[in-house]
Amino acid sequence: MTGASIPAPDAHDSIALGRLPAPAEPPAGGDWPEDRPRRIVTPRSAADRVFRGVLRCAGVAVLVITGLIALFLILRAGGALRKAGPSFFTTQSWIPAANRFGIAAVLPDGAIIAIIALAIAVPVALGTAVFISEYAPVRLRRTLIAVVDLMAAVPSIIYGLWGVFFLQPRVIGSIRWVAENLGFIPVFRVRGEHTSSSFTTSTFIAGLVVSLMVIPIIASICREVFSQAPVGEREAAYALGANRWGMVRTVVLPYGRGGIIGATMLGFGRAMGETIAIALIVSPTYLLATHIFENSGMSIAALIALRYQESTPEMLSALMAAGLVLFLITLLVNALASIVVSRSRSGAETE
Amino acid sequence: MDTLAPPDNRPANLEHGGPGTQAPAAPGPAAERRVRIRQVTMEGVCTLVGAALGGIALTWVLYQRILPTSGAVGFWLCGYVTFLCLYALAGVVQWEPRDVANRLVGVLLVSAGLLVIAVVADQIGYTAVRGYPALHHLNFFTDTMALAGPLDPLTSGGMIHALVGSLEQMGIATVFSVPLGVLCALFLVEVGGPLARPVRTIVEAMTALPEIIAGLFIYAFLILSLGVGASGFAAAVALTVMMIPIVTRTAEVILRLVPSGLREASYALGGSQIRTVLNVVLPTARSGLATAVILAMARAVGETSPVLLTAGFTKDLNANPFSGPQTSLPLYIWNYVRYPQPAMVSRAFGAALALMVMVLLLFALARLIGGKAPGELTRRQRRQLRRAREADQLVRSDREAGDRSLALELTGADRGADAQ
Repeated sequence: MTGASIPAPDAHDSIALGRLPAPAEPPAGGDWPEDRPRRIVTPRSAADRVFRGVLRCAGVAVLVITGLIALFLILRAGGALRKAGPSFFTTQSWIPAANRFGIAAVLPDGAIIAIIALAIAVPVALGTAVFISEYAPVRLRRTLIAVVDLMAAVPSIIYGLWGVFFLQPRVIGSIRWVAENLGFIPVFRVRGEHTSSSFTTSTFIAGLVVSLMVIPIIASICREVFSQAPVGEREAAYALGANRWGMVRTVVLPYGRGGIIGATMLGFGRAMGETIAIALIVSPTYLLATHIFENSGMSIAALIALRYQESTPEMLSALMAAGLVLFLITLLVNALASIVVSRSRSGAETE
Repeated sequence: MDTLAPPDNRPANLEHGGPGTQAPAAPGPAAERRVRIRQVTMEGVCTLVGAALGGIALTWVLYQRILPTSGAVGFWLCGYVTFLCLYALAGVVQWEPRDVANRLVGVLLVSAGLLVIAVVADQIGYTAVRGYPALHHLNFFTDTMALAGPLDPLTSGGMIHALVGSLEQMGIATVFSVPLGVLCALFLVEVGGPLARPVRTIVEAMTALPEIIAGLFIYAFLILSLGVGASGFAAAVALTVMMIPIVTRTAEVILRLVPSGLREASYALGGSQIRTVLNVVLPTARSGLATAVILAMARAVGETSPVLLTAGFTKDLNANPFSGPQTSLPLYIWNYVRYPQPAMVSRAFGAALALMVMVLLLFALARLIGGKAPGELTRRQRRQLRRAREADQLVRSDREAGDRSLALELTGADRGADAQ
């Protein structure tokens, strides 16, 4: 406790220490019953009550905003949902004018992109996090954290530009090789004639770019959790003869398991909601993208970004319905993730 | 200085040398010296360098010359895998298996870190190279796109309208979101109670909310329901929705690091809660809060999707955010990069470079102001503190020995911190 190291002033009555827990028991001797610490009840001043009210309002405001988002999306989506009924969740095309629209293709496509992204991002992000918290020299650590933060701050449109103009031409060769040599695995097969453009604008490339956007998010959460791994246990592992990897494997990673899971879920939510980079890269199709290297791919967010302009009120309502689904899914995933992370982050809930 | 908060949230400069942090040496005559276990040996370095050279060379021969493969990413991937195999092979020959695993994992982790650095550096470098041709024409900063067609050369047309739009929208969004975000963070930290938990969960969930949803919400709310036209203001409100959780989340982390001893000291002196927050908590966390705000601004200025649905698009300069469509930099890039003409793509990259520079400047500013944990003092503040303590010590010199040794210890810790 910090309080213990401060030389205590003479024990006169402190006035506003409303936070001190009152000891329940009188002294054991019972000689001086009148010495029992009196219960301190401090009525808050008017200014304080107003202040706390304002703060509470700010807290409620965030809840209200979230509620408003849900409310307005539901209001606007109602028309389309009523019109389409349950087929909204089973239709694979998006032609609102002909009343044939649904998210059966768009939602799984977005999930496929997110899963590809996570498959790449999670190992790299974990490696980065362990590297920063355990391996990097102390004076380098701050710089590395700044680099990861910067990676998170790079605008998504720049990720999109970079993905289309820099990364895509450089990965086509490898994709082609995989598609031609491992094409017997259905997922990797590319149907039709193979030209150089039949390997571009695919779900995989979108996932690759999104993975880079997710890495800093996962890495910074994991690093934070890893750095809180108890020093005593680390030193115990060393004392038992572990080398550094042994210590990381037996102390740091198990300690950070909850953080890793939560961070991965947050990354999933983030990847599901990624808009601009995906919209720039994929060639929109409204079919289930089961072959990840073909020109294909879509996500709800990209669908909204690409289609909102050409919208009549009915089409707009359909987009709102898709947005509502995306909102609910990401909110759920993120809320679960934040609960998992905060459980694993010891001491964040207490003073 | 290790900036990570110690596990029990004590500020680094008050600490008497907890394990794990860089403890100042005890003021005794023979300061303890830490034994360095890890040492870089000649054979370790040689194995590493040799494996790397061998991996790259072997891959070059096989990948570029013999096998029908191509593509830069594939080359580096194969080279890396070859390097790992060679390194493991060379390691097995000379070290015991446990040691080989240790070193191999070390290499893997370092390369993960290097990959992140390389990606960031490459994004900045590539944007700079592609953006320079447009950006080095002065008219790019002074013209709008009103009179420039897709086939016009880069000497006509520019992005001043997008720059103005970006700055205005970011400014408005900051004005809205910072007070609300900081107040909400104060609610979570200072008031708490049963309401705090759902609010915190929602804030964390909203932090990762898809930005397009913020745009869609404002589109449904302001534009469709209230009839506000697509404008800079609507875009700024969408950015606000996106910024509030970010500001709240980072500010909460910062405020939580304010040592509770400071708050309790203020209460013990009879301070009310509002006085404590205004005079103790907020000033202590000032630099961290500034960092949080600036980083949120950097996020907001680069967001495309909230702006896409709400700002409209124009080629003209529109300095009034409250009426008419207003373009911002991300929107400018999004619109022009999809043209087939190379000049338009160049313009998009020019705007991307401008955006990147803006984000980098904000980021550098945040590092300059902040980067200090609450309670971590500047050198001047530490000197003042030490002087005050020495004066205190003279006054209290007739107190009992316990106090004196404590004071000594404090000044000793201070001296150690100064020497760093």
